[in-house]
Amino acid sequence: MIEGRRTRKGCGYIYIFNFGTFAEVSKDFLNKMAKTGAQILIDTLINQGVEYVFGIPGGAVLPLFDTLYSSPIKFILTRHEQGAGHAADGFARATGKVGVCMVTSGPGATNLTTAIATAFMDSVPIVAITGQVKTNLIGNDAFQEADVMGITRSITKHSYLVNRLDDLPRIIHEAFYIASTGRCGPVVIDLPVDITMKCSDSAPPGAIDLPGYKPRYYGNPRQIKLAAEAINKSKRPVLYTGGGIILSGCSQELLELAEKANVPVTTTLMGLGGFPETNSLSLGMLGMHGTGYANHSVQESDLLIAVGARFDDRVTGKTDEFAPNAEIIHIDIDPASISKNVQVDIPVVGDAKNILIELVKHVRFEERKEWFDQINEWKEKYPLSYDNKGDDVKPQYVVEQIYEATNGNAIITTEVGQNQMWAAHYYTFTRPRTFISSGGLGTMGYGFPAAIGAQLGCPDKTVIDIAGDGSFQMNIQELATAVHYKLPVKVAILNNGYLGMVRQWQELFYNKRYSHTRLHDNPDFVKIAEAYGARGFLIDKKKDVRPVIEEALSIKGPVVMDFKVTAEENVFPMVPTGQAINRMIGGMA
Amino acid sequence: MKHTITAIVGNKVGVLARIVGLFSSRGFNIDSLNVGETDNPNLSRLTIVVNGDDAVLEQVRKQLGKVIDVLKVSDLTNQPYVERDLMLVKVNAPPGKRNEILEVVDIFRGKIVDVGQKEMIVELSGTEDKVAAMLKLLQPYGIKETARTGQIAMLRGTK
Ligand SMILES: Cc1ncc(C[n+]2csc(CCOP(=O)(O)OP(=O)(O)O)c2C)c(N)n1
Ligand SMILES: [Mg+2]
Repeated sequence: MIEGRRTRKGCGYIYIFNFGTFAEVSKDFLNKMAKTGAQILIDTLINQGVEYVFGIPGGAVLPLFDTLYSSPIKFILTRHEQGAGHAADGFARATGKVGVCMVTSGPGATNLTTAIATAFMDSVPIVAITGQVKTNLIGNDAFQEADVMGITRSITKHSYLVNRLDDLPRIIHEAFYIASTGRCGPVVIDLPVDITMKCSDSAPPGAIDLPGYKPRYYGNPRQIKLAAEAINKSKRPVLYTGGGIILSGCSQELLELAEKANVPVTTTLMGLGGFPETNSLSLGMLGMHGTGYANHSVQESDLLIAVGARFDDRVTGKTDEFAPNAEIIHIDIDPASISKNVQVDIPVVGDAKNILIELVKHVRFEERKEWFDQINEWKEKYPLSYDNKGDDVKPQYVVEQIYEATNGNAIITTEVGQNQMWAAHYYTFTRPRTFISSGGLGTMGYGFPAAIGAQLGCPDKTVIDIAGDGSFQMNIQELATAVHYKLPVKVAILNNGYLGMVRQWQELFYNKRYSHTRLHDNPDFVKIAEAYGARGFLIDKKKDVRPVIEEALSIKGPVVMDFKVTAEENVFPMVPTGQAINRMIGGMA
Repeated sequence: MKHTITAIVGNKVGVLARIVGLFSSRGFNIDSLNVGETDNPNLSRLTIVVNGDDAVLEQVRKQLGKVIDVLKVSDLTNQPYVERDLMLVKVNAPPGKRNEILEVVDIFRGKIVDVGQKEMIVELSGTEDKVAAMLKLLQPYGIKETARTGQIAMLRGTK
């Protein structure tokens, strides 16, 4: 439908296809000094320091892609727009920079929505540029039209529909600024095709104009003092830290605070890597699949210091029984997070890094011998453990071996389900931006394209997607992307032949009625990998686990490792939904 | 409980949709919503009247403050404020009834703004209660149409 004639004239091409003939702008094309909207967009992206853009072309973005063709921006063609969005997100999480994706109108944009929602839930800075039909056709059910502003409203931090070419530079600068400041998040720019073809010789520089947007960066000094006093007098404090530590880049400050004040630290799933799990103050992860010692410590604490965490229901379990005797300090950049789920006693709103820098100055070392004795007792009584006696390949063992083979230096992305929790439990995370996972939305199919984005952002790192057999098949087509761009990403499928996490719930709470969770006719993943031009390995013996991982790591291109793991292994400990988090099952009662 | 929330917002595409979305996605029905330009033509003032759980509304208020083009949000509930609702009502007014209707309108300090062959248009401003009370008294004559601005509100004094 979009084939057409292309002629060169004036400052750019004129496209003649059924999106319109644009005769109305042809006089602009004669102005040789002018730039097209497409050119302005690409120049502004370059000006923003954008190196990679992920996406798929289409009719409404043809002018943009034509301009990209001769620009220094490296465009990464994925095989599905969801893959492009997750790759931009993985790039952002691995590097701390804004991830950018560009897709066509209608189906291109709707395909992107899951990725936008994923980024929104985990506060990831991405800018999504979606093509739109011509301005005068908007609202007419035009070919490949979708109301992208409407569809994405509740899953974006902000969104723009560009009505005038003159607004474009400002909108792009604002989008990057909004995405990457305050509580980060995705911003959509919906860009009608005629705007990209219009010419302007006087495009304004585009100064940011956002009088209503004032993120608060510094905590109120009085609140910080109150927090410090509470910490100093607490007998059983716990630091509960989330993804905000990573977004704010304050793991160093967190370490200083924990060590100076002598306070144990538990992290959420999103916070993994924000505090070194090798440190003796680390309690590992808390919540539904938290460690026994983290959950008991939180429940018995007299002071909970939440930093960049949002009291998600997967963390708190039953909220009225969450940390029942604790006073709560909540440090967060988002004022709407304060007292949302759990009543907070000392809120401190601002950027975690700035607040921790101040807080460290006011705390003092307290020994808290009784508290640490108690915690050590829990650590001994409830270690994370699994039965590794048999010959079968345990998923936990695979993750441990990946950890050892990479010396803990890899970037791990995950899919969703049991694979995600085993990755969280059995890989020891010590550095920020090394654990990349869809926490808030729990999007199956996230991990592999995210690994592609992370690999592009961090070319010298080993990037491994710890995957499930179900999830991997949700974006398996991105193997073509990894092969095409020669990205050495590794996929470790913990292949249990099930939608394992759902099966686990069916086993525990639905009488083992495995309703539609069997994946017994999975494809041959080795052959699939090979068909795409990647390498594939099947591992069904424990003794082969480590050697195959080593071999895969030595291969320069993408590799799929299909680990046939114990089919009905469960993730423990586990807190059934709606229970207090010390009511764990799996030997942790 | 009933809340009156006001917000100052930039006149930008999509702001209103975002604001309304925050209420509707939580299942709140907005009782009234008024939008009008302020003394600065780039800014509008919104007054939203909504009934709902206090804690949830507190969350909505915070979320409102996060909308990029919202400059200021206040929940006036439990504070001294002035509220007004403006109504136009077209009522049946055959010549024989006009004096009676005029009396009612006078009591409420309303105004007749248009008189036709068989009907007239009455303008009234006041609190929601007052507007409702006059409407009730006009009902027996036969109301053909009403239009109301919904509540607008402002805090008393300086704050
Ligand atoms: C897109 C999407 N659909 C459905 C779900 C619900 N879900 C959560 S975990 C899970 C099973 C995942 O199976 P698999 O990838 O094989 O991982 P496993 O739990 O077996 O490790 C499902 C279906 C989801 N999280 N995301
Ligand atoms: Mg599985």
